[in-house]
Amino acid sequence: MFDLYRRLSGALGRSSGNDNASGNEARTDGGVVSDRSVPEPGSESDPGPLARVGAAVDRRLGSDFLESSLFWLPPFLLIALFVYGAIIWNLLISLTDYRGFANAPDYGNLDFEMYTRALADPGFIDAAVNTLILLVAFTGATLAVGLLLAILIDRGIRFENAFRTIYLLPMSLSFVVTAQFWLWMYNFNNGIVNLLLGTVGIGPISFLGDQTIVLWAVIFALMWQFSGYAMVVYLAGLRAIPTEHYEAAQVDGASTLKMYWRVIIPQLKGATISAAVVLMVFGMKAFDFLYSLVGGYRPPNGADILATKMVREAYANLNWAYGAAIAIVLFGMALAVIGPYLVYEYRRNNL
Amino acid sequence: MSDAEIRRADATTRVARLRRTVQQTSPGEVVLYAVLVVMAGFYLVPIESGLVTSIKTNTAIIGTAPYAPPGANGVTLEKWGTAIDALLRGMGNSLLYAVPATVISAVLGSVTAYGLTMPTWKRAYKAPLIALIVAGIFIPYQAVLVPLTQFWSQWVGIAQHLSFVWALGVPDDYAGIVELVITHVAYGLPICTLLFRTYYKTMSTEMIESARLDGASLRRVYRRIVLPLSGPMFAVVLIYQFTQIWNDLLFTLVLVSTESSPAAPVVLILAGLGSSLEGQDFALRMAGAFFAALPTLAVYIFFGEEFAEGVSA
Repeated sequence: MFDLYRRLSGALGRSSGNDNASGNEARTDGGVVSDRSVPEPGSESDPGPLARVGAAVDRRLGSDFLESSLFWLPPFLLIALFVYGAIIWNLLISLTDYRGFANAPDYGNLDFEMYTRALADPGFIDAAVNTLILLVAFTGATLAVGLLLAILIDRGIRFENAFRTIYLLPMSLSFVVTAQFWLWMYNFNNGIVNLLLGTVGIGPISFLGDQTIVLWAVIFALMWQFSGYAMVVYLAGLRAIPTEHYEAAQVDGASTLKMYWRVIIPQLKGATISAAVVLMVFGMKAFDFLYSLVGGYRPPNGADILATKMVREAYANLNWAYGAAIAIVLFGMALAVIGPYLVYEYRRNNL
Repeated sequence: MSDAEIRRADATTRVARLRRTVQQTSPGEVVLYAVLVVMAGFYLVPIESGLVTSIKTNTAIIGTAPYAPPGANGVTLEKWGTAIDALLRGMGNSLLYAVPATVISAVLGSVTAYGLTMPTWKRAYKAPLIALIVAGIFIPYQAVLVPLTQFWSQWVGIAQHLSFVWALGVPDDYAGIVELVITHVAYGLPICTLLFRTYYKTMSTEMIESARLDGASLRRVYRRIVLPLSGPMFAVVLIYQFTQIWNDLLFTLVLVSTESSPAAPVVLILAGLGSSLEGQDFALRMAGAFFAALPTLAVYIFFGEEFAEGVSA
C-alpha cells in the first residue's frame, strides 16, 4: 500500500508539473497513454524516467489512473487523514493514561490498562448492553414499520406523495429538535402518551424517570424519527420488483398475505440489508438525542449507551484515554456491521 | 343553457362521481386509508403538539390538552420572542459554517466521484478505495473525537493563524466555526462522493468515450460534459448535506463547547434552552425547537423529493 502511494505521489508531481508547463502536449505522453502508445526510448520527445514509471503504473492499473488521480486523490487523502488517521491516533491514545488538563498524551508508556478498566466498570458493561439492545430493537422495529408503510403506500393509493412526505418529515429534523418534542410527549402530567394510556386506564407512567422503561421510550422515539427512512428504501425496493411476480402469485391463488410473505419480502433482501446498516449506524449516533433530552452529558438513568458514555468520560470527566478506549469498542461494533456489508456490496458489484 | 343550469348539471355529475367512488371503494380500501391516516397522525402529532404548545401561556399549558389549540385568551407569542432572542445569533453562526461546508463538500464529492467512476482503471484497485470511502460514511464519530480535539487544539491552532481576523474585532471563538467547516467537509465527503457516484454510474458513457477519443482531457470532459449534467444530483446532495450539517450536535459540542460562546451554533443553544432550576419551560422549548428547525423544515417542504432521493441512495 505504501509503495503504491510513493509511486503515485511521484507520478502526481510529474503530471501536475506538466499541466502547468505545456498544457495539452503533456497528455500525449502523460495520463492518456494507452498500451500501444508507450513512448519508445529515444523517440521524438524523450520522456524522463518519471514519465516511464507513470506509463508503467498506467499500464498496470488502467489507462486513466494517473490523470484521474488528480480528481480523487486529494479528497481521498483528506478522508484518510480525518477518518483513518484519526482512528489509528485514537487507538494510540487509548493505550496511554492520558487524562486531566495535560495538553498532550504521553506516548512513552503504552498498555491495555484502559480496556481492563472498562471490563471492570459496571457502567461500561451496562452501556454496552444498552447499546446492543438499542441497536437490535430499534433496527428491527424501524424496519418492520417501514416495510408495512411501504407495502401500504405501494398499493396504488391516492395522495401517495402527501402520505410519503408526512412519513418522512421527522427524518428532516435534528435530534436536538425531536428530543424536545418527545420530552413533551412523555411528560408525566401533560404528555400525550400518558393521556392516551389514561383513556384505557393505564398510567400515568414516568417514561424518562423509570430506568427499566426509559431505554424503550427512547427506542420508540427513534423509531418514530427513522421509520420514514426505512419506508423510502423499501418503496424503492418494491418498485424494482417486476409486476409479473405479483401476477404469477395471484394466478397461483396465493392470498395477499402469503404473496407478500413468500414472494415479495424475500426479494427485498438487498433493501433490508442496506437499510439495516444505515439504521444501526444512526442508532450508534443516538448521542445527540440523549444529550438533548437532559441538556447534559448524563443521560437518564438506564439509557446510557456507549456513545454517551464515551463523550461523558472524555469531555466531562477528562478521562481522555478511557474515552478513547470506549470509542474503540464502539468502532469495533460498527466495523462488525460495516465489514460484512462492504464485502456483500463488493460481491454484488456495487462498489 | 343558462349559467344556473350549467352549474346544476355540474353539481349533479360531481355528486354522481362521488357516489360512484364511494360505491367502488371496497371495505379493504377503507381499512387501508384508515391505517394510512392513523399513521400520518402518529408522525404529525408530536410536531403538532409542539406547535400548539409553543404559543400557549403557562396557564393554558396546564389547562388545555397538549394537542388542543390554546383557546382565545391562552395565546401568547412571548415564548417565541424569547426563543428568537436566544437563538438568533446561533442561527447566524450555524449558517456561517453550514453553508460553506455544504457547498465545499458537494463540489469535492462530485470531483471525487467523477475521478473514481468515469475514467477507466481496474476495478480490483478501485474497489478498495471506494470501500474505504464508503466505510467512512458509517464511522461512529465518537471514534475520532479525542484525536480531533487534539488535532485542532494542539496541532493546528487556527486561533493563532487567524490573528489578523481577531484584530478586526471578531471574537476568537470564531476559530471554532472554521474548524467546523473543515471537519464537516472531511466527514461529509464520503456520503457526497457515494451519492454522486451512484448518479455517475447511470450516466451514458458514449458521449464521454467519444470525447476522450477526440483527445479531450479528463478535466475538459468533467467541465464540459459531466458537470453540466450533474445539476439534479447537486440539488440532492446540497439538500441532504445541509440538513445533516445543520442538525449535527456532536461536533459543535466538541469544537465550540459552550453555549455562552459568541460562536455557539443554534443546536448547541437549543439543547440547553428552557431548562432551569424552577423546572422545564415547555412552551419555550417548543418555540425554540421550531425556530431552530425552520431552515431544515423549509428545505424539506420545498425540496421533499430531492431529500427523499438523498436519504434512499
